[in-house]
Amino acid sequence: MAIVINGSGTVTGLSVGGLPDGTVDAGTLATNSVDSAELIDGAVDDSHMASISGRKNLVINGDMVINQRGGTATINGTGVTYNVDRWLGRGVSSAGVFTLVQSASSCPDFRKALAATVTTADSSIASGSSYRIQHFIEAQNMMHLNWGNSNAKSITLSFWVLSTGPTGTFGGSIANGNYDRFNPFSYSISAANTYEKKTITISGDTSGTWATDNTLGMRVNFSLGAGSSKVGTAGTWTSSSYEGVTGQTNFIATNGAALYITGVQVEQGSTATNFEHRSYGEELALCQRYYQVHKEVYWGHAHVGTGNRIYHSFPVEMRAAPTAADTTTASQNTASNYTENTYTMGWNSYVRGNANNVHARWYADVTFTADL
Amino acid sequence: MVITNAKYHNADSDTNTGIFATIDGVKCNVPLDENNTHYKEILKQVADGDITIAEAD
Repeated sequence: MAIVINGSGTVTGLSVGGLPDGTVDAGTLATNSVDSAELIDGAVDDSHMASISGRKNLVINGDMVINQRGGTATINGTGVTYNVDRWLGRGVSSAGVFTLVQSASSCPDFRKALAATVTTADSSIASGSSYRIQHFIEAQNMMHLNWGNSNAKSITLSFWVLSTGPTGTFGGSIANGNYDRFNPFSYSISAANTYEKKTITISGDTSGTWATDNTLGMRVNFSLGAGSSKVGTAGTWTSSSYEGVTGQTNFIATNGAALYITGVQVEQGSTATNFEHRSYGEELALCQRYYQVHKEVYWGHAHVGTGNRIYHSFPVEMRAAPTAADTTTASQNTASNYTENTYTMGWNSYVRGNANNVHARWYADVTFTADL
Repeated sequence: MVITNAKYHNADSDTNTGIFATIDGVKCNVPLDENNTHYKEILKQVADGDITIAEAD
């Protein structure tokens, strides 16, 4: 077909791929040759802009780089146990046990991963039991998805995963903060000891209650094992507390097996775009909204009758007034010292002397927790 | 979450400002903030009759 440029400036006759790679490059397009007059509204739609738009990933620390707590977490109970920042494990008391730890990664573009290793297998999971890795998204960070009404938008979950043991179909779910809206998903691992990228699109929930404040908005669950009452059909919103998918392989049943996850991204729309890499400093600041590590220092005069207080500011406003846990590393001439009051913007330490007009000092390591 | 030794503190005044408690073996100071997950859990365990909170000194 001939290429025709008619009198109105319209070009016809170009087949798909008719302009080979390199035909239009920086040398071809003169300065300002494509400006706002050429790019009319809608000329490039959202699906083609997503890969270059900012702040698309609703997951914080999806590449598992920030690890303020350090060490290995043992998950042997139903409570929340955080390990790598923003990532936590939940399990079942003693029946099955797994650990979480930051690990080096051989995954392309990701040098760190979260490793879940089974240390006590549970091959006969009770009906209502569930083992999972979770990530919690603050409600006001996802309220633009309009979940809970007719304008609800789809999301796409993408991640890299490696299993050292079982392969097959695995599961997880998306759930709300109230724990009464669930949508299971499934993915397959086809080969052991190989990183595979998985992409799952989940329709927006037009029902249920989805918070819009600083509380828990969305739970992202990666199931390591679930009983019969905790699994359901993939791709369907329900009020049943499903944390996995029917027929899934229960990773927790294989002692010594390890599951590595990294590059986790949740984004608006039905297209999985490239992972949004953020700088270490940016990601750390995002994590510090929920957890911070500091050193308290008091050095000055103190008395017996009245405690001295020093106010400290957080580098990042925390989600809520945090819980403080301090460990004294050194002290002198103090009768009492502790982290006293916490606020979203800071905290005060408290020091009381063991005599009047003494020179007191107190050093402490302190953590602040405002996790969801 | 295992919570023991829960006790209010009041910063040398008559108004309670937080709770000292041991949470999963770690000594903590929990603010009276309803969005704090530890405070919510303490209130739940008090309501369930599992723990009590001692008055401040």
